[in-house]
Amino acid sequence: MPATHTTEKVARPPSAAPRPPVPRPAPRSVRLWRKLTPWLFLAAPLALLVAFTYAPVANMLAYSFTDWDGVSPELSYIGADNYVEIFTRPELFQVFFVSGYYLAASAVQIALALYFATVLSFNVRFRNFFKGVLFFPYLINGVAIGFVFLYFFQDGGTLDSVLALVGYESDRAWLGTSTSANISLASVSVWRYLGLNFVLFLGAIQSIPGELYEAAELDGAGRWHQFRYIIAPGIKPVLSLSVILSISGSLSVFEIPYIMTGGATGTETFVIQTIDLAFRFNKTGLASAAAVVLLLIILAVTWVQRRLVPDDKVDLT
Amino acid sequence: MTLAHPTPVVRRRVARTLTHLSLVVASVVVLLPLAVVFLTSLKSEREMAKGSRALGLPDDLLNFRNYATAFQDGEMLAAFGNTAFILLFAVTGTVVIGSMAAYAIDRFTFRFRKLVVALFLVATLVPGVTTQVATFQIVDSFGMFDSLWAPIALYMGTDIVSIYIFLQFVRSIPISLDEAARLDGANAFTIYRKIIFPLLKPAIATVVIVKGITVYNDFYIPFLYMPSEDLGVISTSLFRFKGPYAAHWETISAGTVLVILPTLIVFLALQRFIYNGFMRGATK
Repeated sequence: MPATHTTEKVARPPSAAPRPPVPRPAPRSVRLWRKLTPWLFLAAPLALLVAFTYAPVANMLAYSFTDWDGVSPELSYIGADNYVEIFTRPELFQVFFVSGYYLAASAVQIALALYFATVLSFNVRFRNFFKGVLFFPYLINGVAIGFVFLYFFQDGGTLDSVLALVGYESDRAWLGTSTSANISLASVSVWRYLGLNFVLFLGAIQSIPGELYEAAELDGAGRWHQFRYIIAPGIKPVLSLSVILSISGSLSVFEIPYIMTGGATGTETFVIQTIDLAFRFNKTGLASAAAVVLLLIILAVTWVQRRLVPDDKVDLT
Repeated sequence: MTLAHPTPVVRRRVARTLTHLSLVVASVVVLLPLAVVFLTSLKSEREMAKGSRALGLPDDLLNFRNYATAFQDGEMLAAFGNTAFILLFAVTGTVVIGSMAAYAIDRFTFRFRKLVVALFLVATLVPGVTTQVATFQIVDSFGMFDSLWAPIALYMGTDIVSIYIFLQFVRSIPISLDEAARLDGANAFTIYRKIIFPLLKPAIATVVIVKGITVYNDFYIPFLYMPSEDLGVISTSLFRFKGPYAAHWETISAGTVLVILPTLIVFLALQRFIYNGFMRGATK
């Protein structure tokens, strides 16, 4: 039905037909026009792609070998000095250790998401309610989440009040020391992103045909065996995708720590540091080198993942 | 029925109870921080100064004065206006650009087609946060810095995921439709506009939802590219509450609730589309 409908629609304005309908002896101009057509469609997408993805990467590489400050017309080539500085000045390099907290948090996050997805793939009462509640944080604005949890961790805030309810009077400043602050911020990140992992896992589990479970149940397989031999293999591609997203996400954390602590008390991440270097201290050259390092790490991680789990779905042509 | 040898029925019941318990605990962990902020937004300045406990109920459950303050002094109205403007252009642009690129890649054979596909493919690997240092210079050289066009151009230009979503859908449209139209004298643009684009509706819905929520929530790009106060979008305007209202949690809470509320409404109304949309967006 849609076929007849659309052809009718097209057939009505015959004025929009600059070339002959039967492509037999096509004249030169028509052939040229036909060659040009795909490029007309691609002009805008390609222009944007080059302007905002490839040109920045190229420029960034070039800046990283200079001492440019981002504003003055003068810049001089200084070789690999910026890279040497990143790897030798400990305070520049230690931001990578902060990523460790977020990496550990993502492991917890994936485990929890897997648990809840498995549980909710079976028939549970109020399933849709639980699904919605677990997913909703992922949709919330990052600044709003930052404020919600600033109040949560505040002196006498939500967390302290809940602890007082169960009889534990705490007087510690949750965001006061480096370790405590990083753990708190990483937990916020779990709270925020768990929902996406969970929904991805749930979708993968639910796409497993139901007969498999029935057959397994007839054979006397319990829940654990169903998970081990039916669910786990079925979600392997999504699991590997989640791991890669977690790693590159942990390396490029920005919003939560920037909004909540501004990078104070040892919570500065790589992206916060790079932004500060570039836009506060006007060290565009050094910041570019830092960004190149991060880009290379993320590309390397992606490459390793592609090697380990060959993804046959990434076939575009 | 002793504890040492529970029957399968008992064991199953215990397991089910524990499962439910874990779900309830998770729900409390998700909802409690949000609920407390909502309660705080209804408390008066005096109540807060007296040291109202975080979990305590406000004296007046219908005290919406903080919302008025947040709306007027926090310039939230202008922020919602700016966000709506950016949303309209960025989402429309993404849909048009993504569907055009997908149509060209799937329906034409031309020289360098493989190269074009590879360019789009490799670009997905470059995370936007890393390149902002250099993107900034380019945006600045276009004269778009500190204008609403900077985020619009960036949102349109860096969304390769939606091109993928469109590509999948274009591929599922039978080519015989194109051919029939061509025989009727339609040219490539007519085919795109009258056949491909209307049949892409499910993909368009997905892209509009995913892109819309991403743009609404983005903080990084508006924060970097639009420092002017009158160009605040909801993220940056809410962020500015931190200064003047530092000790006024009731006002900050009201602003926070104002920002979350539209998301909640959209989520409740479009739940099914949103789950599918984000699943498609992430796995492609």
